[in-house]
Amino acid sequence: MTSEDLLFSLSWVQPELLLAGFVLLGTLVGALFGARSTRLLNVVATAALFAAGVMALMHRPEAPQDIFAGAMSIDAFGAFAKAVIAFAAAATLLLGAEHFHRLQDQQFEFPLITVTAVLGMFVMVSANDLIALYVGVELQSLAAYVLAAWRRDDARSSEAGLKYFVLGALSSGLLLFGCSYVYGFSGSVQFDTIAAAAVEPGVGLMFGLVMVLAGLAFKMGAAPFHMWTPDVYEGAPTPVAALFAAAPKVAAVVLMARMLYEPFAGMEHEWRQVIAVLAGASMLVGAFAGLVQTNLKRLMAYSSIANMGFVLMALAAGSPEGAQAALIYIAVYLPATIGVFAVMMALRHQGQAIETIGDLAGIGQRHVGFAALLTILFFSLAGIPPLAGFWGKFEAFRASLGAGLVPLAVVGAIAAVVAAGYYLRVLATVWFSPSAPSDVRPSSGVSAVLAVVGAALCFPLLLVFMAGLEHAADAAVRASF
Amino acid sequence: MELSGLWLEYLPVLILLALAAAIGAGFMAAAWVLAPKDPNKEKISAYECGFNAFDDARMKFDVRFYLVSILFIIFDLEVAFLFPWIFEVNEGNIFAFWSMMVFLGVLTIGFVYEWRKGALEWE
Amino acid sequence: MLAGMAFYTLAAVAVVAALGVVSSRNPVHSVLFLILTFFTAAGLFVLIGAEFLAMLLVVVYVGAVAVLFLFVVMMLDVDFVELRQGFLNYLPLGALIALVLLGQIGLVASAVLQNQAVQLNPDATAQLAATNAEAVGSVLYTRYVLVFQLSGLVLFVAMIGAIVLTLRSRVGVKKQSVSRQVGRRRQDAVGLKDVRPGQGLG
Repeated sequence: MTSEDLLFSLSWVQPELLLAGFVLLGTLVGALFGARSTRLLNVVATAALFAAGVMALMHRPEAPQDIFAGAMSIDAFGAFAKAVIAFAAAATLLLGAEHFHRLQDQQFEFPLITVTAVLGMFVMVSANDLIALYVGVELQSLAAYVLAAWRRDDARSSEAGLKYFVLGALSSGLLLFGCSYVYGFSGSVQFDTIAAAAVEPGVGLMFGLVMVLAGLAFKMGAAPFHMWTPDVYEGAPTPVAALFAAAPKVAAVVLMARMLYEPFAGMEHEWRQVIAVLAGASMLVGAFAGLVQTNLKRLMAYSSIANMGFVLMALAAGSPEGAQAALIYIAVYLPATIGVFAVMMALRHQGQAIETIGDLAGIGQRHVGFAALLTILFFSLAGIPPLAGFWGKFEAFRASLGAGLVPLAVVGAIAAVVAAGYYLRVLATVWFSPSAPSDVRPSSGVSAVLAVVGAALCFPLLLVFMAGLEHAADAAVRASF
Repeated sequence: MELSGLWLEYLPVLILLALAAAIGAGFMAAAWVLAPKDPNKEKISAYECGFNAFDDARMKFDVRFYLVSILFIIFDLEVAFLFPWIFEVNEGNIFAFWSMMVFLGVLTIGFVYEWRKGALEWE
Repeated sequence: MLAGMAFYTLAAVAVVAALGVVSSRNPVHSVLFLILTFFTAAGLFVLIGAEFLAMLLVVVYVGAVAVLFLFVVMMLDVDFVELRQGFLNYLPLGALIALVLLGQIGLVASAVLQNQAVQLNPDATAQLAATNAEAVGSVLYTRYVLVFQLSGLVLFVAMIGAIVLTLRSRVGVKKQSVSRQVGRRRQDAVGLKDVRPGQGLG
């Protein structure tokens, strides 16, 4: 690589450079000024995330650009995903800043580690060879383990961190094992060379593919590799759980889409079975296991598993429509999820964010505004028209039916109905439960504002916005595949 | 690589390993053969000033040992990255030189953080 | 012939030592077996001509990671006898997973025997560079500069994460502060009092 190559490559990774620069400078500032700089770093980190998202969107190439000797490929698909990731992470960072401020437990490392995780996700999104893929995944995961265990004096948070770490290390092992098979049987770590070898796949390449998919499914939290999700969501601090439910999912989905559509495009017949099984299992597990939950964070975890199932169902189509549907689905799923977490943090029970569904009893009589917000958010998650969630599910079903995956779509329909059941159960508690003596106090702060924003984004007002989104996703996919 | 060449190249290491193994085994064997021993239950039980042992000899370590050793591992890895770099510097590869400087810069910022946080102080 | 013997010896020791890791009663012995496994793996690396990786394995894994494992094993203070009772319960599931993995490796090995694996010509790289440290160096800092810098960031996060999660500031600890010691003047420490006879300092 020459200096000219380097300069050319650097010009395409400005968002990443911005984030890395923030992390390094922020660490210096934090080291020198200590806890006093927490507020400043929170604000700057949020601004940096926003700026990085906007930069990725504005400065996206027409055709994919291979940079760093093919280690990364910048394209519109990735740019779109990066913007979504950055905005979601910025929202959860704001939630986190407010949460830890209320708990009097502010540490300036929180924004730094969050931004590092986002940097890892950016690399995952743009990875174009197996090494960059792995390093991106590790950077993101390592930061996520630390965030999960953030309340280190809280046994549940430590447990969440440890569980996440041990299982995450196992899945990284699977991923690496698969990557080495792929390398051994295709002779390269570069996606385009692998794609050439995948046209006539042998048994080795197939095992590599399955292993890599298993590792990625774990990072996505798709069944049957979902077992860490509920425990980690429950144990991790609420804003961290909100982050886990949002940004890393986008990165993992985009990475999965890229793996399936670029290097392994020639093995569509082989991977479609795997993805269909993952999708069906995730939708069913997420729907049925969610029915018996009493903890809201666990409920959201099962909700995320089910939603990953719908995304995988879209990807199983194997067509550009599938990738587009997955991107739209994830983009409409994020505001609703973050909104629910924001409501959980805006409603406080004895100074803590509420955790159980029981805490919501009687909210409908006392705090009508929050009850209405929750209704919108859960309706969107359940996919009830005309809210945005419906359009996401609509696109996913359309893509899979278009590819002739009728049985999978039937499973998806059953799962969607069952999952709607538990969302409605929560809403029944909110509106119709006899007002229990819960002393939930609503607060007006960042979390309340974000809840309103999340709910507003669930309206297809937004049909305009939806049309724009669809157009953007379409253009992004067309330009990239 | 030709086989006999490989063996010749590693012969010193092999001899060293064999010597180490022989000496280690020799001491253990000598103790076993030469030392007078007549064990009984009381003799081989843990001795704690005349009364029975309260608990295991193993006890909880302070978590700070862990912190020190993990920081050691990080800088150990940093050093591992330096070995192949020497060849490039020797050939006058400016790009590789600055590449490493950036890498070291990142870890130096980590080091400043570590120092200011007091992670290097014991008490 | 000699290489074959060395390979089978090292491989057999590695497998036995790995069994020792999971089956020994004393966790410290487990760690020692683990070190033996690392050593034999390093030997296997040497046999395939990857001496730089072999030395890294010894320096990093034996020198640092195994020591960390020892610390952790001692730090946990877990009742390992109790822990081991779950071992038999999970044995069927573990054996099943192991069998699946074994089957996979068998399948892939058969694929290799049928020459499906890509022949990476080791001589090509060997001719380019005299040692494999040199070969690694010739691409790591230039062609793979992105992943190199990202690994720096991974180490950086590991450092910050370890400190965030384990460092506690202790109160009431007497620390040495060199600047305060040196900056201390006579007036701060010593004062003359005019004490009247018979009255004391009161």
